[in-house]
Amino acid sequence: MDLFEYQGKQYFARFSIPTSPGGVADTVTEAVAQADAAGYPVVVKAQVKVGGRGKAGGIKLAADADEVRRHAGAILGMDIKGHVVHRLWVEHASDIDKEYYASFTLDRPAKKHLGMLSREGGVEIEEVARTNPGAIARLHVDPVRGLDREAARRWVEEAGLDEAARDQAADLLVALYRCYTEGDCDLAEINPLILTTDGRVHALDAKVTLDDNATFRHPEWAEYAATETEDPRERMAKEKGLNYIGLSGTVGIIANGAGLAMSTLDVVNQVGGEAANFLDVGGGANADVMSAALEVINADPSVRSIFVNIFGGITRVDEVAKGVIEALGRVDLRSPIVLRLDGTNAEEGRSLLAPHLSDRLLAEPTMLEAARRAVALAGQRSEERA
Amino acid sequence: MSIFVDETTTVVIQGVSPTSQGLYHGLRNRAYGTKVVAGTNPKRGGEEIEGIPVFATVAEAVQATGAVASFISVPPPHAAAAILEAAEAGIGFIVCITEGIPAQDEAVTYNRLVEEHPATRLLGPNCPGIISPGKCNIGITSGDIALPGGPVGIVSRSGTLTYQALHELSQQGVGQTTCVGIGGDPVPGTNFIDCLSAFEADPDTKAVMMIGEIGGSEEERAAEYIAEHMTKPVVCYVAGVTAPPGRKMGHAGAIISGSQGTAQAKMEALTAAGAVVAQNPTEAGVRMVEIVKELG
Repeated sequence: MDLFEYQGKQYFARFSIPTSPGGVADTVTEAVAQADAAGYPVVVKAQVKVGGRGKAGGIKLAADADEVRRHAGAILGMDIKGHVVHRLWVEHASDIDKEYYASFTLDRPAKKHLGMLSREGGVEIEEVARTNPGAIARLHVDPVRGLDREAARRWVEEAGLDEAARDQAADLLVALYRCYTEGDCDLAEINPLILTTDGRVHALDAKVTLDDNATFRHPEWAEYAATETEDPRERMAKEKGLNYIGLSGTVGIIANGAGLAMSTLDVVNQVGGEAANFLDVGGGANADVMSAALEVINADPSVRSIFVNIFGGITRVDEVAKGVIEALGRVDLRSPIVLRLDGTNAEEGRSLLAPHLSDRLLAEPTMLEAARRAVALAGQRSEERA
Repeated sequence: MSIFVDETTTVVIQGVSPTSQGLYHGLRNRAYGTKVVAGTNPKRGGEEIEGIPVFATVAEAVQATGAVASFISVPPPHAAAAILEAAEAGIGFIVCITEGIPAQDEAVTYNRLVEEHPATRLLGPNCPGIISPGKCNIGITSGDIALPGGPVGIVSRSGTLTYQALHELSQQGVGQTTCVGIGGDPVPGTNFIDCLSAFEADPDTKAVMMIGEIGGSEEERAAEYIAEHMTKPVVCYVAGVTAPPGRKMGHAGAIISGSQGTAQAKMEALTAAGAVVAQNPTEAGVRMVEIVKELG
């Protein structure tokens, strides 16, 4: 789960990582109140989970309340790369002397944590990695041993951070590592990490991705989940406990297993179609799960046909077939379904389905043929509408 | 022959109770012919459930039965401790199918295993397990879709695509030596290269099917290994060509970040390494059947 900047900064505060004083605002009036509290000048920042906010005009400096009013009014409701701004972060503007970069993430091939620290912050780290790789000091941290203050201090020196910043930066990096590990982050990134003209080091931005698998031990994450997704389809799927990702095509997809679901998207693409979603119903494709899945897909107005691709392992195909038949009784579908059921008890499943087959419920023997049929149906229906 | 497990492998099921997932899958594995010799449950030591003697700890189970492998399907909050308990008890092969273990726990557990228990192999987590058809099945793979006798070894990051691969081959009368699901998490205990090298060394395995997916760089590393060390033909399929960047496609490890981890890059690396790269699972099956026929 990706956090908004303001959530990332609130999360940092739990681990005593210094940030600028500021607050959240959903209206112009709230923005002025937060600016008054933080002290002028302030920075008004659009809260969207996408890069390039500054270039898009989503980050503005304001010297007084009038300017806050003007900028907040312009930024709220702004569309930044398809993300509409509903919330602002207003913080005291810092006098920046130097901009650095710091992050922790997992280095999967090395199976260790990877810290990246650079004296060249404020720009995309990928850009620095490309143009001046020597400017990034990489540090592998053994997850068992962790990062201690001494190692952090050496790292800061190696990265060439200014003398005035080194002690504070070392403390901050130890805190950031704690945030990353104890806080169960996939990514904890500060860009820029700044040294102010009066010699303080703190985080000017916060990019935090939380590991969804650790939700069970972080009750405090509940507030982040509430603002996680703007896609109404994804919100509905989440409420139903489904593993769903909204996409932009016309063929609704239901499959069991993440790999098979991904593969189903690929095959639909190969035969000239485009998937409307990724949906993995997991191991138990019973009537309840099938109904929930079909309801979510049925609610997507761009779906023209639905491809159900199930390979029965422990979940027997006859059980899946019963689930589909029962779900069809519960959900009034707008689009035809193409089924591909294979695996354990496939014959039994197909015989159960046989009497229900129609031009609204079709069955195909292989994944490829089913994909072709589903894509053809989606195309036909698009033409009919045109 | 087979890799990692065979007809002599004795298995302890960690976390058995009359209603546990462990017992459910353990009984299925036993019905397939796997030598399930013990179960563990801290509150049920000394009991017997469905004919399986239950011990309070893995150490006691190992001492009493000589179990060499363990099977873990306990919930995520307890999985890391269960893995370490098995390793400390001297288990050499641990299969953990648990889905949803925090990445931080996996990273710590993996590194502790490497340092403190270098002789122990962990398979998973978040994997379907391993089956050597006709000999041993530890995990949730349905035995019906596997065919004994070889000559194909399968290694896969995805569960259902593993079943799909088994099915495609079995239907054509092509058997498997061993089918290993390494799982879709960011820190798998066993990786592609571990399996490729074991298959390369196994005289009964004549060809290998490898199923990858987006995220990480394990497929690219496997490609390097294939180019340098594999004499046996390898057929590959990589899922997620159409996956959008920045979104986890179900598996915790299946995410394209920046230019890293795309299916295209993986397929190109595998093709350059001399592997046969198929565009979909069915094609992978067809290509493998052709190769096996040519091998005679």
